[in-house]
Amino acid sequence: MSTSSFNNPVVKWIDERLPVFTMMQHSAVDYPTPKNLNYWWNFGSLAAFVLVIMLLTGIFLAMSYTPHVDHAFVSVERIMRDVNYGWLLRYLHMNGGSMFFIVVYIHMFRGMYYGSYKAPREILWIVGVFLILAMMATAFMGYVLPWGQMSFWGATVITNLFSAIPLVGQEIVTWLWGGFSVDNPTLNRFFSLHYLLPFVIVGLVVVHVWALHTVKSNNPTGVDIKGPEDTIPFHPYYTIKDFYGIGLFLIFYLAFVFYAPDFFGEPDNYIEANPMVTPAHIVPEWYFLPFYAILRAFTFDVLFIPAKLAGVIAMFASIILLAVLPWLDRSKARSARFRPMYKWFFWIFVLDCLVLGYIGAQAAEEPYVTIGQVATFYYFAHLLIIVPLVSKLENPRPLPESISAAVTKSDSE
Amino acid sequence: MRKIILSAAAGFVLLAAGNAFAAGGAAVPPAKDWTFQGIFGKFDRDQLKRGYQVYKDICAGCHSLRLVAYRNLMDIGFTEDEVKDIASEYQLPAPPNDDGDTIVDGERLMRAAKPSDHFVSPFANEKAARVANAGAYPPDLSLMVKARKKGPDYIYALLTGYKEEAPEGFALNEGMYYNEYFPGHQIAMAPPLMDESVEYEDGTPATLDQHAKDIVTFLAWTASPELEARKSMGIKVLLFLVVLTAMFYALKRRIWSDVH
Amino acid sequence: MAETATEIQGAPGTGESRRDFLLLTTTAVGAAGAALSLWPFVHSMNPAADVLALSSTEVDISPIEEGQSITVVWRGKPVFVRHRTAAEIETAGTDDAANLPDPQKDGERAEKPEWLVVLGICTHLGCIPLGQKSSEPRGEFGGWFCPCHGSHYDTSGRIRKGPAPRNLEVPPYAFTDDTTIKIG
Repeated sequence: MSTSSFNNPVVKWIDERLPVFTMMQHSAVDYPTPKNLNYWWNFGSLAAFVLVIMLLTGIFLAMSYTPHVDHAFVSVERIMRDVNYGWLLRYLHMNGGSMFFIVVYIHMFRGMYYGSYKAPREILWIVGVFLILAMMATAFMGYVLPWGQMSFWGATVITNLFSAIPLVGQEIVTWLWGGFSVDNPTLNRFFSLHYLLPFVIVGLVVVHVWALHTVKSNNPTGVDIKGPEDTIPFHPYYTIKDFYGIGLFLIFYLAFVFYAPDFFGEPDNYIEANPMVTPAHIVPEWYFLPFYAILRAFTFDVLFIPAKLAGVIAMFASIILLAVLPWLDRSKARSARFRPMYKWFFWIFVLDCLVLGYIGAQAAEEPYVTIGQVATFYYFAHLLIIVPLVSKLENPRPLPESISAAVTKSDSE
Repeated sequence: MRKIILSAAAGFVLLAAGNAFAAGGAAVPPAKDWTFQGIFGKFDRDQLKRGYQVYKDICAGCHSLRLVAYRNLMDIGFTEDEVKDIASEYQLPAPPNDDGDTIVDGERLMRAAKPSDHFVSPFANEKAARVANAGAYPPDLSLMVKARKKGPDYIYALLTGYKEEAPEGFALNEGMYYNEYFPGHQIAMAPPLMDESVEYEDGTPATLDQHAKDIVTFLAWTASPELEARKSMGIKVLLFLVVLTAMFYALKRRIWSDVH
Repeated sequence: MAETATEIQGAPGTGESRRDFLLLTTTAVGAAGAALSLWPFVHSMNPAADVLALSSTEVDISPIEEGQSITVVWRGKPVFVRHRTAAEIETAGTDDAANLPDPQKDGERAEKPEWLVVLGICTHLGCIPLGQKSSEPRGEFGGWFCPCHGSHYDTSGRIRKGPAPRNLEVPPYAFTDDTTIKIG
């Protein structure tokens, strides 16, 4: 852009040399957005909002935190007791982690329901899969930092997963630890990476939004934007809607921060890490529970693959597999609104994920083991068998001609 | 249909949450009323002071409180001078003297604790604590209320849940005590509280129930000293957000009124 | 931007002014909330409660002989406590009338004439002046001498000669009893 449409001379001067204002104008003001987005579309911007809160609180917490096994636990308690508003920053960060996953999981299910992963949004979706992976890594390492019992034993159990890798497993684990058990070197590198990864996430978010603005937003009908009558400018319509969503979200989030700050936490993490005593019942944070259930479902060898390795492979596969969803689903229609069969299976899949989450929190005993195995089988069956099959067998209902046609129709109903 | 599945899903989440909280191998501690519960919950200052007395006279013999500083006692109603006096009753290892020695005539040099010091632990280290307690380690109490599920109810139940004799057929080990609420029912701590364990300075009747409630309240404060600030700030912030969100909603309605 | 603005204002019905008012108040309330929420972040960088608890130091002055000085650490900085001799007190008093770069009476600087308590940091560029030990130079005015750029302080810690602009600072202190002072 060589000429700029801004009147303010300062803005104009800057914009002609570095078109940041033009870019903002394009991506946050003029950006043509389908006019029929429902509230499930709020969760994308909400996720960005939570990311900013996590970065801010995290940077300020790091100013008072000491990444050393002898001081980490006490330094966190010093934040809670002595640092001005330290308790607020810490509880915002701690609960913010859970909120981030709630928001992003809803965002992902929304994408699955409305077929937002389908062409031409495959790369947008794949970047999203990388995002959730980066979030999981960040959250896992962040949970280790307070150096409570769950921090320590969570770190021990999860890093030990890599020992399942044939031949070099144990070497990899030793390398991850920087020693022969989870200890000070481990804590130090986790702190370093926990500080680094969020900025990687920011970078991925930029790519995610870039891809989004290239292919434009999907919408509840799943029908492409046909012309200007289908869209409205992002500002003020979606800015105000996003602000409203942020308001509602903050009420939900801060109610936990102020009145049930430890709701998502485990009491055991208020006991300082003790490498000699394992807590009676180790559970990961709630957002890992479904994957933990998949990990534990493999109590038997699969062909020549030992059970332990099979569990690890399955756990990682359960997320990686989402990346190929655009090619597993061959349906012509995007939105489940017009896919009578898929709609059913979508909700069963949601239920299956909740069952997995529930099983992940239970002790490894019957009937939970069997239920977990069935639910794990269904998880993969959904992605690998049901989705491709349904997209072939199903006869989608007739799609509306355009977004505005669909909106007018639902208005007159 | 979607509604049914959604509500089933919601039910599942609640069930999972409920289960996660109810896990554990002992009797479920009955829920008690605590002044610090709820949106407007506050600590009762007199009760905190009584609880401190119970800690000082009974628990402090074995249990440390290492995350609490003497100066913190000013938050529960002690004056600066009282805190100084309290702190000065305890001894800490002193820094080297002018000759660079820390041991003089075979004795470790000591200094009196100051309000800025943390509570002095009854034992020098974990090994010393175990030796003095027949191998058992009395845990630090600073965070105990947060470190147990349903912390306040559990600790009250534990302190009042001792049985003179184990039920028939229960193999109680030598030197252990039977407690209904302790996981596994065998606890190394002798019943610490009974009626008249502590004579309260404020004249409150010294019953086991009272002692237990007071120490739980005190420990709830040591675990969450920010509780009152947090709750009072929460009300203001949430009220503000409700108003702001309502305004956002009204504005959203107006702005969207021309979209067809 | 201008386009969308007209679009909003061109909204149907009579809501125009109401929306402007609503937009203004919502923006104001939202901005106020955002600004307020920054305070916990900013304040978290201020000294924490445990740091503040160490912000005062009690000093036992009974072992300091007349004419002697001690240096104590307060908030990470040296504080000079000097037990002044009668002669020093007298000079400090008569110098009240001298031509002082930073005029201040000795009586305003010492709560009890025998005891002078000053921050041991040269007001020029932050060096620590000499003169605490009897072997060290005390400058032309018998107080302290800063070796970095040659500032001379008198027996009241006032700047008399050299580049320093102000007298040695007197920290807040109080006698808690005859032999103890509490600095801070």
